[in-house]
Amino acid sequence: MSATKEKLSSVTIRFCGDSGDGMQLTGNQFTTTSALFGNDIATYPNFPAEIRAPLGTLAGVSGFQVRFSSNDIFTAGDELDALVAMNPAAMKTNLEDLKQNGILIINEDSFTASNLSKAGFNPEEDILEPYRSKYRVYEMPITKMTLEALKDAPIQSKLKERSKNMFALGVMYFLYNRSLEPTIKWLEGKFGNKPDILAANIKVIKAGYNFGDTCEMIHSTYEVAKADIPPGTYRNITGNEALSIGFVAASKLSNKSLFLGSYPITPATEILQALAKYKHFGVKTFQAEDEIAGIGSAIGASFAGQLALTTTSGPGIALKSEFMNLAMITELPLVIVDVMRGGPSTGLPTKTEQTDLLQVLYGRNGESPIPVLAAKSPSDCFDTAIEACRIAFEYMTPVVILSETQIAIGSEPWLLPNIDDLKKIKTQSHTDPDTFQPYSRNEDLARPWAIPGTPGCEHTLGGLEKSNITGKVNLSAEAHEEMTRIRAQKVANIAKHLPATEIYGKTKGDLLLLGWGSTYGSNKSAVEELLARGYKVAQAHIKHINPLPNDLESILRNYKHVMLPELNSGQLNMILRAKFLIDIKAVNQINTKPFNQSDLVRIAEEIIEGKR
Amino acid sequence: MAIITNTDPSTLTKKDFVAEGDVKWCPGCGDYSILSSVQTVLPTLGIPKEKFAFISGIGCSSRFPYYMDTYGFHTIHGRALTVASGVKISNPDLSVWVVTGDGDGLSIGGNHTMHAIRRNMDLKILLFNNRIYGLTKGQYSPTSEQGKVTKTSLMGSIDRPLNPVSFAIASGATFVARTAAHNPKHLQETLRAAAAHKGTAFVEILQNCNIFNDGTFAKYLNKDTKEVENLFLEDGKPLLFDKDSKGIVLESGSHPKLTIEANDGTTNKFITHDPKAEDTTMAYLIGRLGIDEPSMPTVMGVIRSVNHVSYDAAVAQQEAAAIEKKGEGKLESLLFNSSTWTVSDEVKTKK
Repeated sequence: MSATKEKLSSVTIRFCGDSGDGMQLTGNQFTTTSALFGNDIATYPNFPAEIRAPLGTLAGVSGFQVRFSSNDIFTAGDELDALVAMNPAAMKTNLEDLKQNGILIINEDSFTASNLSKAGFNPEEDILEPYRSKYRVYEMPITKMTLEALKDAPIQSKLKERSKNMFALGVMYFLYNRSLEPTIKWLEGKFGNKPDILAANIKVIKAGYNFGDTCEMIHSTYEVAKADIPPGTYRNITGNEALSIGFVAASKLSNKSLFLGSYPITPATEILQALAKYKHFGVKTFQAEDEIAGIGSAIGASFAGQLALTTTSGPGIALKSEFMNLAMITELPLVIVDVMRGGPSTGLPTKTEQTDLLQVLYGRNGESPIPVLAAKSPSDCFDTAIEACRIAFEYMTPVVILSETQIAIGSEPWLLPNIDDLKKIKTQSHTDPDTFQPYSRNEDLARPWAIPGTPGCEHTLGGLEKSNITGKVNLSAEAHEEMTRIRAQKVANIAKHLPATEIYGKTKGDLLLLGWGSTYGSNKSAVEELLARGYKVAQAHIKHINPLPNDLESILRNYKHVMLPELNSGQLNMILRAKFLIDIKAVNQINTKPFNQSDLVRIAEEIIEGKR
Repeated sequence: MAIITNTDPSTLTKKDFVAEGDVKWCPGCGDYSILSSVQTVLPTLGIPKEKFAFISGIGCSSRFPYYMDTYGFHTIHGRALTVASGVKISNPDLSVWVVTGDGDGLSIGGNHTMHAIRRNMDLKILLFNNRIYGLTKGQYSPTSEQGKVTKTSLMGSIDRPLNPVSFAIASGATFVARTAAHNPKHLQETLRAAAAHKGTAFVEILQNCNIFNDGTFAKYLNKDTKEVENLFLEDGKPLLFDKDSKGIVLESGSHPKLTIEANDGTTNKFITHDPKAEDTTMAYLIGRLGIDEPSMPTVMGVIRSVNHVSYDAAVAQQEAAAIEKKGEGKLESLLFNSSTWTVSDEVKTKK
């Protein structure tokens, strides 16, 4: 018998298993195949802080979620249509996200007494029994079938078992009517010089596909049509990749070499790794001895006339804060990336949060205005990187970019920009000794940038308070008050040149769903749904958090209610309330997960109906 | 006011390196002598003035860049070497000098000192050692002698002191020297040797703090003691001191030990100074004399000077090799890699 085909508009699936089971790779392959097919996609990997926690344990579970759709999508999905669990621990930690009657595929070979105990199940019981009525459970002998397919393959038995993720991928390709070709092509590229391993992987993925077809468990398969997405050239990109490429692009656009001083830290390390590949673009990456040396070397590079960058996460910001202040008071261009993770302290290194906003805005001694930008999605990281470099150079200031774990490691298709549309970035370079004063000001209050090696412009920068114009050390009350005001006004001036804030939905109405960072996707989806149901609502999303856009207050006052979901206890809300005296409704979640669209819609309705 | 731009290094004089304004160290401070010596040496190096950068941290010594008419950066406590490393990697053409002290460079900044040295970053590190915290008004430092009574060690310091020269050698320094603010001639010679070295040049400069630690190095200056307390090193010469009446010999055995013997004319029994030796054992042993072994004279001069490729030079080599291999990077290849796909208008209209 052959399975029937059912058409769906959007599907969310998750692969999960031990962190050594290759689930990230499997998820990435499904993503690429779906992207090449023409779906819109969004992904959300989830992995443990331990690299290889003990096999079969709850702590060692790694997952990769991908949503693919025939519509425009903005999130990786609220609940799962299908879950592939390679062992009992993976099933246990992920099952709550599977929707009623969803598909649960398990590798029954791993449901041994030992693995069941490690996952906290009673090995004496039929633990699947309660789930068989709630979900469509497909119990497949994935390990056994993989080994059977490879019984004559001339490779080590350890490698044979390891290719069981390809079997699971093959089953999923069958279930969702996907072509095996893109993955086979990828395998050919990866194992081109290891023909035995290549042949084994191809054999297993085909075996999985054929098993799905012939096992008589799967009675219907699903099709998700191509999405109606704008024409152009796309590539799938994570936030960390997009930031890296954005900085290299900014280096080209400003004609300044890129220097990254950094120290490895989850989840920002990939930026250092990515940029280390771009030496032929003149990129210098310096893996420093610690977070402090990372930013210190970047400040040195800035002083020497480079596009200077340092990358980190919240704990690293804590260590860098004294140097951030030095860059601020010496008015040197510098970009500081904070890929936020769960805090406080070491916290939850691999989980997502928006909890560093107040830290980057205010976590320094004295009054220390530093521009802050937030990226809203993986591909938006490219634009955010360029925008941060532009502000740093035009205003001679350090700039913070806030990204989030979810954005950094999540991916989506990126419509590649037309290179000719990318604007050149101006700098405040100065070489004329006759007109040089280290702290003279242009109309936006930016000071000139004369770099060592420029004859006649010798000057000394430092962290002591100084006189305007001459930059000479001056600890007087008058100089301090003047310089404090100038530094604040300079940052405020950035807002004068920002484009109008985009509004999606009604320009006036009952509720504005406001946000920053990764909540863009869930807010957008919620507003779409609310608009479709006839509500007078809109979405506004803030990229420039310091300075805030000048039109923001009037926009907020165009709606009866403003709702602000944040993955923290209300940090931006506190600032906006203080600044505008508007009763913004906070929606907060600090459970390391993105917001669900359905929760936001429900809360918005409650606010509009006056129940909140 | 037109600014005179002097880019021809052969016409530079000491005055070209003296900044406008007052120098604000305490009268009698050893730092004045160091400042004057640096300003004397720089115009003799054949380097255009605009190519010097002086980077410092925090402390009395770290005010140094304000008094130099060069590019300068007074950074934060202990971190000057990180900033200087970024400057040097970015522009290897610059002559980058770091001014630090025993607190700034060995206490709060000890980590960075170790790492800059092990990388052989081409920086000239001048560590002013006065064995006290001066700018915070007199607390013991990492080089203060054990038992020293200060405002924070009323019953005597318990900390065991660090020997800056030992630290530098153990960190893999390619150039290590010791000199003193009270001996400008020797100081200037040593600065010239440091400037000529390609790689990290670590120079410990003994310097008196006449307010909080006056006389800490008096034995090297006093008429009665200076001959027995100083041993001036010369490349290829035996280790002799006290008007060549005594010398240093190596006692054999499983624990190498240096001892003093009278000079009876058979000078070949004395250790010959070999700063270019790759092996650091002898450099370490002689660096300890006087400081860790008070019965012996303290060696002054270039203790070690070997040639290894500097970090910044290696960075430039790798960059050149990458461009040679892959061609100069272009925006097109940055954005459009092998994993792109194209959505055509046709697909869109079909839907």
